Amino acid sequence: MNCPECDGNIKIPDDASNGEIVSCPDCGADFEISKSNGSKVELKQAETVGEDWGE
Amino acid sequence: MSKVCIVFDRLRSEEKMLEKQAIELGHDTTMLDAKMTQINTDSSKNDFQFGDVVLERCVSYFRGLHFTACLEFLDVPVINKFEVARICGNKLFMSLLLKKHGVPTPKTYFSFSADAARENLEKVGYPLVLKPVIGSWGRGVMPVKDKDTMDAIFEIRELTDGPHDRIFYLQELIKRPPRDIRVITVGDQAIAAMYRKSTGGFKTNIALGADPEICQITNEIEELCAKSSKAVGGGILGVDLMEDEKKGMVVHEVNNTVEFKGLAKVTKKNIPKEMIEFALNSTRK
Repeated sequence: MNCPECDGNIKIPDDASNGEIVSCPDCGADFEISKSNGSKVELKQAETVGEDWGE
Repeated sequence: MSKVCIVFDRLRSEEKMLEKQAIELGHDTTMLDAKMTQINTDSSKNDFQFGDVVLERCVSYFRGLHFTACLEFLDVPVINKFEVARICGNKLFMSLLLKKHGVPTPKTYFSFSADAARENLEKVGYPLVLKPVIGSWGRGVMPVKDKDTMDAIFEIRELTDGPHDRIFYLQELIKRPPRDIRVITVGDQAIAAMYRKSTGGFKTNIALGADPEICQITNEIEELCAKSSKAVGGGILGVDLMEDEKKGMVVHEVNNTVEFKGLAKVTKKNIPKEMIEFALNSTRK
């Protein structure tokens, strides 16, 4: 599908799940799969790394 | 058939491995995005599909901690428990508990203002390692080698002035080989271990590109990990050890929402399987 940021081509893996992060190979922006229903996939802007992220 | 729920906020390969394993073990498995979940003071357990046990796997410490508080309010069994998450998410709380339980741990100095930390550094001497009390992946961990470095770091802290910037956690710099050891413990038992070899700097976090290499679990490692796990309240944990040239093994960290992607690559142990089985068994006790 097309990147919402730069219109580049983002490949969505067939086994992609909600919550998974995909990156645009052209502009590097990260998106979270918010809905995946068969071939229909919706993306939203991924959260940026927070100060409290980690283990 | 048991019901397992995996709570996440960013679906990483670890959460996918746990989901796959739970399904392969024949459990009814639910993946729940914490960001999309609503809970209120009138909520009850039956309003949700939490199943028999929840594995809390949020990458955001505060999100996971507060979500765990809600789960325990609803009487939902959760791994790890709130108290374990609270302790492991804060390096100061964790260091105090390790020491209190007789676990060898690096000497660490706590100050509660820049002036007091400055005074302590001048007294103790350089180098010490400054670590943020909250945070992971080696972020904000800095060796303070001299007065100029200290002044620069403290000035930045005073400018950013976040609530945790006022807590100064300064640790002795351990003389060790350029690696540390990460051990995964499940129910106080070490199940897999790896060396994390530095790729140049003094940090050895896999998230920063350190190379994983299998490490044999010796009796010493096993005992230290069991003791560390019990000190923080048990569950599924990542215990980090360093090999001090003089003191031997020291435990410098115990991690709550342990990442195991790197270790899964080098161990024969089925880590997600051990985790799922432990989580379910803990509800049957």
